[in-house]
Amino acid sequence: MSLFNDVTNKPWNHVGLPDGIEPKPVFSSSDASIALTIFLIIVSVIFSLFLVAYFIRMELGDWVPLALPGQLWLNTAALLGSSVFMQLAVLRNYRQTNTDFSSGAGLMFFIGGVLAIAFIAGQYLVWDSLVAAGQGVRSNPANAFFFLLTAVHAVHLLGGLWVWSRALFRIANNIASPAIQQSMKLCAVYWHFLLLIWVGLFVLLSYT
Amino acid sequence: MAYVPLADQDDAHALHDPHSFVTKYIWSQDHKVIAIQYGGTAIFVGLVALGLSILMRLQIGFPDTVSFIDPAFYYQAVTMHGMIMVIYLLTALFLGGFGNYLVPLMCGTRDMVFPFLNMLSFWFYLVSVIVLLSSFFVTGGPTGAGWTLYAPQSISQGTPGHEGGILLMLISLVIFIIAFTMGGLNYVTTILQARTRGMTLMRLPLSIWGILTATILGLFAFPALLVAAIMLGFDLVLGTSFFMPAMIHLGEQGSHEGGSPILFQHLFWFFGHPEVYIVALPAFGLVSDVISTHARKNIFGYRMMVWAIIAIGGLSFMVWAHHMYVSGMNPYFGFFFATTTLVIAVPTALKVYNWVLTLWQGNLRLNTPMLFAIGFIFTFVHGGLTGLFLGNVIVDVPLSDTYFVVAHFHMVMGVSPVLVLFAALYHWYPKVTGRMFNETLGKVHFWCTFLGTYAIYLPMHYLGFLGMPRRYFEMGATDFLPASAQALNANITLAAIFVAIAQILFFVNIFWSLRHGEKADGNPWGATTLEWQTPDTPPKHGNWGPELPTVYRWAYDYSVPGHKQDFIPQNEPGEEYEKLHHGKR
Repeated sequence: MSLFNDVTNKPWNHVGLPDGIEPKPVFSSSDASIALTIFLIIVSVIFSLFLVAYFIRMELGDWVPLALPGQLWLNTAALLGSSVFMQLAVLRNYRQTNTDFSSGAGLMFFIGGVLAIAFIAGQYLVWDSLVAAGQGVRSNPANAFFFLLTAVHAVHLLGGLWVWSRALFRIANNIASPAIQQSMKLCAVYWHFLLLIWVGLFVLLSYT
Repeated sequence: MAYVPLADQDDAHALHDPHSFVTKYIWSQDHKVIAIQYGGTAIFVGLVALGLSILMRLQIGFPDTVSFIDPAFYYQAVTMHGMIMVIYLLTALFLGGFGNYLVPLMCGTRDMVFPFLNMLSFWFYLVSVIVLLSSFFVTGGPTGAGWTLYAPQSISQGTPGHEGGILLMLISLVIFIIAFTMGGLNYVTTILQARTRGMTLMRLPLSIWGILTATILGLFAFPALLVAAIMLGFDLVLGTSFFMPAMIHLGEQGSHEGGSPILFQHLFWFFGHPEVYIVALPAFGLVSDVISTHARKNIFGYRMMVWAIIAIGGLSFMVWAHHMYVSGMNPYFGFFFATTTLVIAVPTALKVYNWVLTLWQGNLRLNTPMLFAIGFIFTFVHGGLTGLFLGNVIVDVPLSDTYFVVAHFHMVMGVSPVLVLFAALYHWYPKVTGRMFNETLGKVHFWCTFLGTYAIYLPMHYLGFLGMPRRYFEMGATDFLPASAQALNANITLAAIFVAIAQILFFVNIFWSLRHGEKADGNPWGATTLEWQTPDTPPKHGNWGPELPTVYRWAYDYSVPGHKQDFIPQNEPGEEYEKLHHGKR
C-alpha cells in the first residue's frame, strides 16, 4: 500500500493485512540515514534562524563589515579536502570486502578526519589573529556574528568528529562490521552538508 | 547490507539484553525503564515547581506574612515555576515519559530504534534538571527574569539571579534541547520505520499521532530557543550586543550598544508558541484513547482527528507574534497574527466536538481516568474560549498584563494537560505496574483537583477584568481595585493550597497500590490497542515474547455489532478474516 493510500483510506473498513505480511516502513533507507536526514533538517533550521537574526541585526545602524583574514581560504581548502577524502573512502569501500587502513578506504577516512581537525585548528588561528588585531567578539556586531557562526559550525564539526573517531576506533581494531560501512557513508553525507553550510557562511560573511 | 527493519527482527532477544541490576535499572536502554526514569524525574521537578507556586500564592493572598518571600525571591519563584512546569515537567513527561513508554508498545516493536541514544537522552535530561536546580544554590539564586527570559532585563543588574542563575538557566536549556533532540529522533524514526506488520499509519492510535506531530514540532521549534539561548549567552558572557541595547546604569553608560530586544522576543516566541502544542498534541492524543476506551465506542472522526493534529501542528508556527501584541508591531502584522490565531481554533474546536460526539450515547464507564478525561474537555473549552478573546489585538492590549492572561494560560496549558496526565497515569498504571489503583481514592483525587482548580482560576478572570496586574509582588493601594479583590486573592490562595495538598492522594494511591493494589490482568479496561495485548504485564524486556504481534484492524473496534465482546484487539484477525484466509487455502 502506498503512503498516499495509507493516509487516505478509511481504516475502519479494512480488516486483515494490507499487501501481505511485510512491515511497511515509510522510507526504504536505513534508520540511521533517516535519523541523519532529520538531524540535517534541524541543523538547517538552526542556521536559518541565525541568518534571520543576522539580517535583522545588520539593519540596526552600527554594523561595520569585517575584513576577513586570508587564512580562511586555506581553511576552506582543508574542509573541501576533508569532504573529498570522505567521499573517496566511501567509493573505495564499495569496491573492497574489508575495511582496514591498508586497504585504502580506512586510510582515506582517516585523512578526511585529520583535515577536518586541521580546519578547526585553522579557524582557531583566525579567531586568535582577529582578537590580536583588536577585532574581538565585542568590537562590532559583525565581528560578534563572525565568531558566533564559525563557532557553532565548528561545534557541529566536532560532533561529526566524535562519530568519526568511534568508527576509526573500530576500523583500527579490525572489528569487521557492516556498520562501519554505514558510518563512513553517513559521515561523508554529514561532511558534505557542513561544507555546504561553511561555503554559504563564508560567502555571507565576505559580502556583508 | 540488506536493510532489516527492527520490527522484522523476530528473535526473542533484543540486541541489548540487560545483564545486571545496573544495566537493567540505571544505565538501562529499555524504553520502559527510560520512560519511568523520565516520568519520575519530571514529577519530582514538577513538585518543586508546585511548591514554588504555593509560596507565590501565599505572598499574593496574604502579603508579607511569610518573612523570607521578598520581591527577589517572588520573581525567582515565578520564573522557575513557569520554566519547570512548561519544559521540565510537561514536555518531558508527555514525550520522554509517555512517548517512551507507549511508542514501541503501541507500534508493536521491541524497543526504540536507537536504544543507546534513548538512554543518553534521559541522562542529558537529568543533567539539565540538576543544572537548573543547582541555580538555587549559587550566589544570587536562580534567575528572576520571568520564564520568557526577555533581554535586556534578564541579564541586567537589578534582576535577581543575573550573577549566575541566568547562565545556569541558559546552559540547562541547551542541555535539555540536546536531550530532546536525541529522544525526538528516536520517536520519529521508530514511528515511521519500525511499526510491526499490518500497522499502517492510519491504524496507529491517536496517542501516537499526537506524540509524532508534537515531536516533529519540538525538533523544529527548539532550535529557535537554542539560537536565542546561545546568543543571549554571548551577550551575557562575552559582552556582545545581539539583543542588548545601550543602557545607562546608575548614571553610567553600559558596555552594550545597538542590540534588538524585539529580536529576542521573536526568537523566543517562535519556539514558545509551538511549545504550547508540543504539550497539547500528546495530551490530545492520549485523551482521545482514554475517552474512546472508557466510552466503549470508536473515536468519532478518526481521520479528521489525525488531520486536525497535523493542521494544528502546521499552524502553530504561524501564530507566535500574538504573544507580542503589546511589544508593538505593524498593524498589518497584528491583523495577520490575529487571523492565524483564530484559524487555529477551527481544527482545535473540531477535536473538541469529536471528543464530545465520542461520548455521545457511548457506554460510559465513569472511572478515574475517564473522569479526568472529561474534566479535561471542560477546562480545555474554558481556556480555549478565553484564548479567542486574547487572540484579538484590541482585546489583548488592555488584558495582556492582567490576571486574565494568567487565568487563560493556566486553564488551557496548565490544568488541561495536567488533567490528561492524571487520566493517562491512571489509565496506563495497571500496565506499567501490574496492579490496579484504588478507584475511590482516585475519584476523590479527581473531584478535589477538578473543583479546586476551578476555584483557583475562575475568579482570576474577574480579577483580570478589574485590571489587576500580573507579575506584581504586591498591589499596594490603588483606586481601581476594590478591597474585595484582596479577599478573592486570599480565597484563591486557599484553593491553591487545597489542590496542592489533594495531590498527596495521588501519591498515596500509586505507592500504596504498588504493593497492595489488586493484581491487574493484562487488559483490565478491555482496550484494543497493542500495549494491552502483551504476553506479560508489566511487559518484559523485548515486550512481545518470541514473536512480534500482527495487526489486522484499526485501533478503535469497540462495540462492534455481532461480536461477542465489546472490543476487538488490533492483533485479533476476527472471524471474517479467518474465513477468508482459510477459503484461500
